[in-house]
Amino acid sequence: MLSANMVELAYLLAAVLIIFALKGLASPETARRGNAFGMLGLGIAALVTLQMDAVQNYAWIVAAIAVGGLFGGVVARKVPMTHMPQTVAFMHSLVGLAAVMIAVSAFLDPVAYGIANAEGGLYMASRVELFLGTFIGAITFTASLIAFGKLHGLLSGQPLTFAGQHLLNLLLGLVMLAAGIMFCVTGEMLPFMMMLVIAMVLGVTLIVPIGGADMPVIVSMLNSYSGWAAAGIGFTLGNNMLIIAGALVGSSGAILSYIMCKAMNRSLFNVLLGGFGGDTAAVSTAGAVGQRPVHSGAAEDAAFLIKNARSVIIVPGYGLAVARAQHVLKELVEALLAMDVQVKFAIHPVAGRMPGHMNVLLAEADVPYDIVFEMDEINPEFSDTDVVLVIGANDVTNPASKTDPSSPIYGMPILDVSKAEHVVVIKRSLAAGYAGLDNDLFYMDKTMMLFDDAKKACESMLQALD
Amino acid sequence: MSLNAITADAASTVASHGASAVDPVVFSFTVFVLAIIVGYHVVWNVTPALHTPLMSVTNAISSIVIVGALLAAGPLEMNIATVLGLIAVGLASVNIFGGFMVTQRMLAMFKKRK
Repeated sequence: MLSANMVELAYLLAAVLIIFALKGLASPETARRGNAFGMLGLGIAALVTLQMDAVQNYAWIVAAIAVGGLFGGVVARKVPMTHMPQTVAFMHSLVGLAAVMIAVSAFLDPVAYGIANAEGGLYMASRVELFLGTFIGAITFTASLIAFGKLHGLLSGQPLTFAGQHLLNLLLGLVMLAAGIMFCVTGEMLPFMMMLVIAMVLGVTLIVPIGGADMPVIVSMLNSYSGWAAAGIGFTLGNNMLIIAGALVGSSGAILSYIMCKAMNRSLFNVLLGGFGGDTAAVSTAGAVGQRPVHSGAAEDAAFLIKNARSVIIVPGYGLAVARAQHVLKELVEALLAMDVQVKFAIHPVAGRMPGHMNVLLAEADVPYDIVFEMDEINPEFSDTDVVLVIGANDVTNPASKTDPSSPIYGMPILDVSKAEHVVVIKRSLAAGYAGLDNDLFYMDKTMMLFDDAKKACESMLQALD
Repeated sequence: MSLNAITADAASTVASHGASAVDPVVFSFTVFVLAIIVGYHVVWNVTPALHTPLMSVTNAISSIVIVGALLAAGPLEMNIATVLGLIAVGLASVNIFGGFMVTQRMLAMFKKRK
């Protein structure tokens, strides 16, 4: 067995490798090497722990790793890219559940962790750490399960709101806190279990009022929680590597949540209060919508426009993912490039159901990443562009966010689609977007609406190009 | 000698030199705060195009809790604590293998123009 100092140094090496794994993601060129560093780091951490004297139960441990690893490997190989948001949510819930189990196990048998006091019970400081790790883990577990259900369509993407919801959450939170403090003082089983169960309930009640389109924020936030849960376990065990890894993941998720909130011009608090953002198709569009005239056209008209353009910018949204249109869209892009039309993609930060969702879908369809641009990079180019093709996106192109101070999305950064010469919007119907708003872009003289499923529309346009 | 005994020992040594003892939790907290700052700087440099792989790789990274799970599953005698530890080892393994492999799969898709 390695000495305690050697173990600590090996953990330090693992922590450094993990930092380099994240650093690699600064560019697609270095990202794969970074991922290899990450694997190496986790591998070192696990091996160093396995050789410790306290770990003897090898047969069972190897079996558990084999079963889990095999399942994880199969999921990783089979999962379609369109299902990444729910896959990530599912994995967050596993981290949460694992953290809870470790915490319960540490509570039951503190001697195994070397954190027991003379009577075999827990120190006060350990109890506080255990409380934090357990409740964050428990909330992460159930909240991620609900997010998974919403993203996978097992649960409705509609926000579920009822009277007294926030009061209920507040009460649950206070009772949980009280139970937690009681546990910290007494170290007894009953308040510990009470705290655990209430935290799990709280995970559910916190997420149900949040609609499908707000999921990029929620998935990022749960990403952050899973990190804090890991750090909490690190504090319990007095293990710096867990604390470092947990803190890295925690701040990563927090930054992503911040970026997502900023891209919607909303505060995290506003998102968490919920009630905003059902599924696009399901939002009712009674009232003024549909009474204003639009220019609608056929796929042939759209094909004619893009064929004769010098430059085309494509704005993909969640509708592209739903229709799984990325592959046929790639063919369309190829055909245009072959005709010497300049093609670029413009990605809004909250397009899709998780950060970077559109980029992965386009990469899957073999769209080269150097023609895919972020909002700030491409916004100045719209005024110089002949045709913008909006595919399954809505609110992120709504000019009302700049012109109408009374609009709920006023101030939200958008893609300046309306500045282009012509706009083609592919959409199934005139239904409102997640904000439940009408989009002025659709009624502009320069805009042609192509009412169809994204995939069918791209297929028809591709045919009409020849 | 247990960790806490060592700490107590060290604390008394320090105390005899006139300084007050520092709780190990404070050291952990120092590491925690510094790691958050490192994370903040590293993650702001991640290109937005790779935000989805960032989430899947951080999933694998937070499964570092497997270290805790291994300690829980470690003792040879089987009881509730060990069984919970074993399940946690399995769950963390799903994430470590799944997280890194799906990240690798995604990253392999990002190609430049030919």
